[in-house]
Amino acid sequence: MSIAAAFFAVLAATVAWWLSRQRLMSKPWLEEGPPVDLPGAGASSPSAARLGLWMFLAVVGSLFSLLLSAYSMGLGTHGMGGAAVQPLPVPKILWFNTGVLALSSAALEWARLSARRGALDGMRLGLLAAAVSAFAFLQGQLLAWQQLRAVGYFLATDQASAFFYLVTGVHGLHVLGGLTAMAGAVARMRRGAGLEQMRLSVGLCATYWHFLLVVWLLFFSMLLLS
Amino acid sequence: MADASVGGMDAAPIGGAHDAELYHPRSWVTKYVFSQDAKVIAIQYSVTALTIGLVALVLSWLMRLQLAFPGCFDFITAESYYQYITMHGMSMVVYVLTALFLGGFGNYLIPLMVGARDMVFPYANMLSYWIYLLAVIVLAATFFVPGGPTGAGWTLYPPQAIMSGTPGRDWGIVLMLVSLMLFIAGFTMGGLNYVVTVLQGRARGMTLMRLPLTVWGILTATVMALLAFPALFVGAVMMLFDRLLGTSFFMPAIVEAGTHLRHGGGSPILWQHLFWFFGHPEVYIVALPAFGIVSDLISTHARKNIFGYRMMVWAIVVIGALSFAVWGHHMYVSGMNPTFGFFFATTTLIIAVPTAIKVYNWVLTLWRGDIHLTVPMLFALGFIVTFVNGGLTGLFLGNVVVDVPLSGTMFVVAHFHMVMGVAPILVVFGGIYHWYPKVTGRMTNDVLGKLHFWVTFLGAYAIFFPMHYLGLMGVPRRYYELGEMAFVPPSAATLNVFITVAALVVGVAQLVFVFNLVWSLFRGTPAGGNPWRATTLEWQTPQTPPAHGNWGGSLPVVYRWAYDYSVPGADQDFLPQNQPPAARTVPA
Repeated sequence: MSIAAAFFAVLAATVAWWLSRQRLMSKPWLEEGPPVDLPGAGASSPSAARLGLWMFLAVVGSLFSLLLSAYSMGLGTHGMGGAAVQPLPVPKILWFNTGVLALSSAALEWARLSARRGALDGMRLGLLAAAVSAFAFLQGQLLAWQQLRAVGYFLATDQASAFFYLVTGVHGLHVLGGLTAMAGAVARMRRGAGLEQMRLSVGLCATYWHFLLVVWLLFFSMLLLS
Repeated sequence: MADASVGGMDAAPIGGAHDAELYHPRSWVTKYVFSQDAKVIAIQYSVTALTIGLVALVLSWLMRLQLAFPGCFDFITAESYYQYITMHGMSMVVYVLTALFLGGFGNYLIPLMVGARDMVFPYANMLSYWIYLLAVIVLAATFFVPGGPTGAGWTLYPPQAIMSGTPGRDWGIVLMLVSLMLFIAGFTMGGLNYVVTVLQGRARGMTLMRLPLTVWGILTATVMALLAFPALFVGAVMMLFDRLLGTSFFMPAIVEAGTHLRHGGGSPILWQHLFWFFGHPEVYIVALPAFGIVSDLISTHARKNIFGYRMMVWAIVVIGALSFAVWGHHMYVSGMNPTFGFFFATTTLIIAVPTAIKVYNWVLTLWRGDIHLTVPMLFALGFIVTFVNGGLTGLFLGNVVVDVPLSGTMFVVAHFHMVMGVAPILVVFGGIYHWYPKVTGRMTNDVLGKLHFWVTFLGAYAIFFPMHYLGLMGVPRRYYELGEMAFVPPSAATLNVFITVAALVVGVAQLVFVFNLVWSLFRGTPAGGNPWRATTLEWQTPQTPPAHGNWGGSLPVVYRWAYDYSVPGADQDFLPQNQPPAARTVPA
């Protein structure tokens, strides 16, 4: 459970840091008066959508940290009557996929920066590059599945291969969900959404992409180290 | 209440980015069925949850009938008994209590209490309810599929949950897992809404430390649920793979009816870790909103400010954080490194400290208060007694050496029903009686309410108190039939009959509650806007029931905390949160 423990420790620290700035030591029963005097009153600065995304990333982060913890525990407990788990042969194409996903993330970051500068052409190009490389990543993952099946590692072969298919599958679905959200942003742009809204949408996509890249890098390194 | 601003929302210009985005329903269907208004969604959630709750109640009757009169009912077989256990437990914990507190109370109260017009993401909020309804339908559908619902016990422990001896192995377990995944997906949409609305949607002046404790409880519980439910989700996906695709995440090499299964190498304990990583926070996901609501009920109906507001807030947060570090205490009998047992016993006992702080503060709030024994107050008082009772037996079970012999007995059934069955449901009732006048504009019937309270409260004690004795005697839980056991005296059977009669009576008393709700909808005395003379914002809306958009022309501005009751020198014994401070002369 060390990955989940680390994730939840980081979350707890974040919450504690945030709470420490919320005047929890104040004595509200003595503070009758107009709201302007009170710092931290009412809504705070980041927009609801950004906060919503970060909360969502906390949920997805919890999901993946538990999944990866289960992975490490599942590999650790080769007792229970089973034989010791053979490490999975890592398909070479995963290195390519990693590069493509990083490229996708970088392209979205470029789109975000372009949107901030108001360079719409750059933003469009960035979104296009990100979408293409994300699709290439998904295709690459499917190829990796095929290669594993070709050498006899199926879903139900053993713990290592089951976890590989499960984690890559769940991760791929999240990439697909991100692509859907990106398509929604592009559709809004076609319908003439303002620059401000595009900045927000592209920014949210970029954050989500970086998050999925980090999750993938974590799993990939666990795979290589096992 | 003055109804001056009906429809004024569209006419009056309203400041703030939030208002521009308020969704306006255009037809009857979008107003009452596929509604994006949190108040309608709250009622939809509550009615759905109470309905499935009545089903789960009937299941508990069937179990009790079997335990009291074994062999008298042909249709209750050993298999169906386990199906009743499973469906009763899972329905009550997840689909009733979680949905009621967060989907029901959360949706209704959060926007009103923080002074917002609606949830921040109303569309996702609507989806949340419809996915929840789908989850409930899938759950209920398991009663009608071949083989019936799963009988794996509400904890669904593998490997037996997916092996052929267990009832519902073909369809029941699959649909149960799918239903849980749906529930979690739906809840996540709602939960993100609740958190972001509390953090971003507050009215001017509503600092975090001016929030009513109800909001603090629901907020903290929602954050916990958002983080804990993924554990159940991961577990459900993996078990579904084991059941349908032949993987062995939770399945060791195992022999079934003389043949080796294709499974092997998996860890059943892994499921228990995932399940209880969700399962223990779940206890507090149900308890924290109850804590918050009880604080507000007690303060309002004792006309006194809540004692130790800051401590109450801190305690809620600390309990929420600690509850992620105690899940192992459900697994003492699963086999565990003794160091872990020590760790989990310690964290479990530490949780008693912030919880005790809350209990002391409730009692000290009551101390010399102007206590009105209204129906909501009775339920709140009943909660405190019951929660202390259930909490104390929790201290027993939190210790490894005490838990090991008691774990398989009725003592555990008594404990968790007291602490997370009866106690939270008393708060649900109290909360419904308290806010019903706001939701409908009419009061509930007081005599029926008191009848409901006394039968439920005393009846619950008649049911669960004797179970402690049965447990100490060694009467095992989960048994379809006791049969001949040397250490169980015949009096245990008599006690079982007594418990069953009490359970039947308490169950029937819930019909009084349902009748009261329906009857009062049409015949209740008109309530006015603020019948309890309460301070929090939901009682200060221009219309009762609150109209779409909640606040008429302008959002409220908050000048004070939520507990200004019996303030010395004030004109009335409560000061609403949005009442500006009086220009007081400073004494020389």
